[in-house]
Amino acid sequence: MTGTAPAGGAGLQVRRWTAASRISTAVVAVGIAALAVVPFTLNDNAVQQLTSLLTFVILAGMWNALAGYGGMVSVGQQGFIGLGAYGTILLTQRGVPPYLAMALAAVGAGILALPISVLVLRLRGGQFAIGTWVVAAALGLLVALDSNLGGGTGVSLTTLNVYDQSNRGAYTYWVTLGFTVAVLVSSLLLLRSRHGAALQAIRDDEEAAAAVGVRVLPLKLALFVLAAFGCAAAGAMILANTLFIQPQSIFGVQWTAYMIFMVLVGGLGTFEGPIVGALIFFGIQYEFADSGAWYLIGLGATAVFFALVLPRGLWSLVEERLAVQLLPVGYRLVRPTVTQRGAAPGDPQSPDG
Amino acid sequence: MTWVNALVQGVLLGGVYALFACGLSLMFGVMRIINLAHGDIAVIGAYLVWEVTTRTGISPFLALVAVLPVMLALGYVLQRTLLDRSLRGGPLVPLLTTFGLAIVIQNVLLQVFSPDVHSLGPQAGWISTASWRLTDQLSVPVLGVVALVVAVAVLGGLQVLLHRTAFGREMRATAQDPDTAALVGIDARAVYARATALAVGTATVAGTFLAIRSTFEPSSGSTQLIFAFEAVVIGGLGSLWGTLGGGIVLGVAQAIGSHIDPQYAFLAGHLVFLAVLLSPRGRAIAGAVTR
Repeated sequence: MTGTAPAGGAGLQVRRWTAASRISTAVVAVGIAALAVVPFTLNDNAVQQLTSLLTFVILAGMWNALAGYGGMVSVGQQGFIGLGAYGTILLTQRGVPPYLAMALAAVGAGILALPISVLVLRLRGGQFAIGTWVVAAALGLLVALDSNLGGGTGVSLTTLNVYDQSNRGAYTYWVTLGFTVAVLVSSLLLLRSRHGAALQAIRDDEEAAAAVGVRVLPLKLALFVLAAFGCAAAGAMILANTLFIQPQSIFGVQWTAYMIFMVLVGGLGTFEGPIVGALIFFGIQYEFADSGAWYLIGLGATAVFFALVLPRGLWSLVEERLAVQLLPVGYRLVRPTVTQRGAAPGDPQSPDG
Repeated sequence: MTWVNALVQGVLLGGVYALFACGLSLMFGVMRIINLAHGDIAVIGAYLVWEVTTRTGISPFLALVAVLPVMLALGYVLQRTLLDRSLRGGPLVPLLTTFGLAIVIQNVLLQVFSPDVHSLGPQAGWISTASWRLTDQLSVPVLGVVALVVAVAVLGGLQVLLHRTAFGREMRATAQDPDTAALVGIDARAVYARATALAVGTATVAGTFLAIRSTFEPSSGSTQLIFAFEAVVIGGLGSLWGTLGGGIVLGVAQAIGSHIDPQYAFLAGHLVFLAVLLSPRGRAIAGAVTR
């Protein structure tokens, strides 16, 4: 898996794996295995908290996939969060077992993202941002019209009551862990494929990318569908964790505020950053969520600060200062040995992942 | 006849939406950024007018005259501090900055003024309730007509400013190419700051009319931002009179939707917007952004 290949005549080598990324990938694998056995070791409350942490990881990862890799700032992902939650309700009302309903609702939202993309993917920048917001608002209003779904007052996921509280928490946790691993691994694979470089080219300059032959639209569509699936899965998990939803909160723009906060603080356009951001947000929410308006003022102000001062977030500090990349999403150029160095002066050093 | 009534109400409502939209459109035209805090800034204006009105007992219209210079200055400072800096950070940063700002504004308003719903209608006196009765079922509210007239005056004023004054020329030149404009001695940052001040000023007028004709609360801004954006897109980018047209189409759609069932009001507006987005005209708008 070393993946070395000769590059040019100067003895340069392109490597994807470093010692750090090899070790950390192993650590991640062990970490996932450890997370999987959590329900056997920790109490119900801790499992529930971890479920919501994993939900944040999904949300941050998906928003980062859109904005950090596709250059698409969405203010409307709450539309898909709501679709996932209400899709689950709709399916369970028709007799589908609850956990299957959650998976189907997430897939359904991914499919529904195709017609929605026809509307919004032609927009760019701020227009895309508000375009997605309008779609989310319209979806919220449509759901609130349906009295079978509880109308504007909300609805409960009653079918989950067949499990006792402890088992329910554990099942929900495992499903959330499965979704988290699924969406993170798919975005990792997408970034490692040759499309990954193309996606980052789109983020940096869409027109320039198109000019060198990157097929922009299919790639943006792939990210949009992935993000729709992931956000809907997160929505279904929020429902499973709280058992009750209302249109105005599940379709609320505060989800976008959370996602932007996590991604900006952690690191926009880095794979690890949003996970760090989700951990930080989880901690902040745990400590300060009761502070009401001040809590949200702090979140907004921090997001502004990071956007202006450190747009690639805390993770960029780690990555730049220590030159580590924990997961092998980039390429690094390895300089030739000392004797050959004179032959290739001024070679670029490890380009960005 | 009730349909004609809905139509008339919609046209008049469109005036308020056009007032909200023109500032958004101006900032997008000059700086290529969409200010996601535009609606919330309008709500700040409404709260300031409400504060002045309740403290002094003067009419909201007079209070608006007093508040406007403060808001113009706020817009100027906003551009000189946050937005200038965000413009240097690439296309995503202004969006993220203004979204963060929107969250901050909403929650500061919530903290300072409580979540209570307010209206400036009572303080505005007779004008907020008076109407001309044309027939039994058709009456034209005076306030709506005033709002539409003010909207036409503001848009006309902006049009004259853009096309007949030296500042307007500078603004158009900067919008087309800030670097070339700089070669002939135009300071882009100064132009941006004045454009943002103007946009915030028009938003304040819009927020005041919203507050008089209906109600407002700390979170009202995001809905108004969406409506303003819909009006801009429906009317076509880059045309101030188109924005008025877009506002009116949106207002009529909402009024007709609301006439069928009050629940359909906003949904009807969103659907018209999405239909425009799908139309060849919508494709043209997307193309305009690409340039």
